[in-house]
Amino acid sequence: MITAGCDIGSLTAKAVIMKDGKVIASKVILASAQPEKSATDVMQRAVEKAGIKMEDIGYCVGTGYGRKHIPFMNSEESEIACHARGAVWQVPSARTVVDIGGQDAKAIRVDEKGNVERYVYNDKCASGTGRFLEIIADSLDIKLEDLGALSEKAKGKLTLSNQCVVFAETEIISLVNEGKEIADIVNALHQAVANRAASLARGILVEPDAVMTGGVAKNAGMFASLERALGVKLHKVEDPQINGALGAALFAADKVNGSGK
Amino acid sequence: MFAAGCDVGSLTSKAVIMKDGKIIESVIIKSKARPWESADEVMNIVLNRAGLTMKDIKSCVGTGYGRDKISFVHEAVSEIACHGKGARWLVPTVRTVIDIGGQDCKALRLDDKGNMVKFITNDKCASGTGRFLEVMAKVMHLNLDELGEMSAKSKQPVTFASACTVWAQADVIQHLNDRVPIEDIAAGVNNAMASRMSTLANNIGLERDVCMTGGVAKNSGVVNALEKQLGIRIKRIRREDPQIAGAIGAALFAAEKANGGAK
Repeated sequence: MITAGCDIGSLTAKAVIMKDGKVIASKVILASAQPEKSATDVMQRAVEKAGIKMEDIGYCVGTGYGRKHIPFMNSEESEIACHARGAVWQVPSARTVVDIGGQDAKAIRVDEKGNVERYVYNDKCASGTGRFLEIIADSLDIKLEDLGALSEKAKGKLTLSNQCVVFAETEIISLVNEGKEIADIVNALHQAVANRAASLARGILVEPDAVMTGGVAKNAGMFASLERALGVKLHKVEDPQINGALGAALFAADKVNGSGK
Repeated sequence: MFAAGCDVGSLTSKAVIMKDGKIIESVIIKSKARPWESADEVMNIVLNRAGLTMKDIKSCVGTGYGRDKISFVHEAVSEIACHGKGARWLVPTVRTVIDIGGQDCKALRLDDKGNMVKFITNDKCASGTGRFLEVMAKVMHLNLDELGEMSAKSKQPVTFASACTVWAQADVIQHLNDRVPIEDIAAGVNNAMASRMSTLANNIGLERDVCMTGGVAKNSGVVNALEKQLGIRIKRIRREDPQIAGAIGAALFAAEKANGGAK
């Protein structure tokens, strides 16, 4: 039986196709202004990759902030539920999931079955979300995907005194003008984002094992900074960005199999 | 006897010279990269205009975020104290002062004698500070004055899902792309600003009279929106520019010091 999950986020759209409990294809694309189009595009590409047809998908669950607009889904699930489910499937010992997306951050406590126990969510303040990284990368004229490697070259100890993205941007520009090393600045940026996400996560009492998901987890520097800020070991998952879509595909499989896990 | 006050802020620096309880000269300049450079320049200009030299100033008090870096002051006093003092001089009946700076906002309450009862500040988040308006004006290609005036023409102000400057800026760009009338966006920006300020002001408990100091007090759109949201009349400062309230307070402290500490 083939099932699918589709996660329409603010910046990217993700699709996962599963067959008999295994992921057979996944795809991430940049989201367009129309969520319907993003959903159709990403699913079509995943279907091609899997070498199947759209009609072969027995059940599809949609999630993400744009989930209401996914034309082909059979039902929807919250992002929180999907991220919890996906993380526990990938790391069965996971009890805490910290997900940092392009425009939000969430921390979720889960039980051993992947059920959500409690969660906190921030989409009101850009600090502690992927947008913080995006804005600073842009003003430093560095590609977002290069931030991680750059921060590994950091030597000096630099910390940002501002938590607000707007104030931090000004602070970073003056650090550049003072001749501070870019690698040190990027490292300080990662710490600032991580500290903010960690203080959100502490609101649900972080319990090991912890997993970091979301596109920001692909940044090795962010991963290390969050680990430091939380003070617990973080588990890596293979593709942290598709975790929500994976959870959705697992819920889809439940529906087909008539509930249960 | 001349007394001076110098308020070095993040965006603007202000200097005031007083004689016998009257302002004889005041100046506002854009701040430089280094606070001491701003202080030197604004003070030189104000002295020049008054036809005085530093030797004529019996006492000078510095305030603002750069106050500890001003070489010529006799004493540094907190912005909170100076704004309270300055506001009371401008509006003797004032009990609540809302001051919006370039990168912070403060609300403070005074008792009937002008003593500080309570204050609250925000300098952690750009929302509700002058920076919020600056960011929005920039993406709208308006200058700050226009942003204030424009909102009066609005029929349907936009609303923002979040107070965060970053998210609101993205919303403003979206509204511009959607061809929403500029005055409706301007009014939305002023309302968002006022809403954040009113949260702060309500936290210290409002007492009449209420007045606003700082550069944003000159933005009629924000002041009107704040008045509506607080449900209380805001006394407009007409005696002097509300932006120099902190420097006035500093000059008043300087005069007291010169007179031997009488209140």
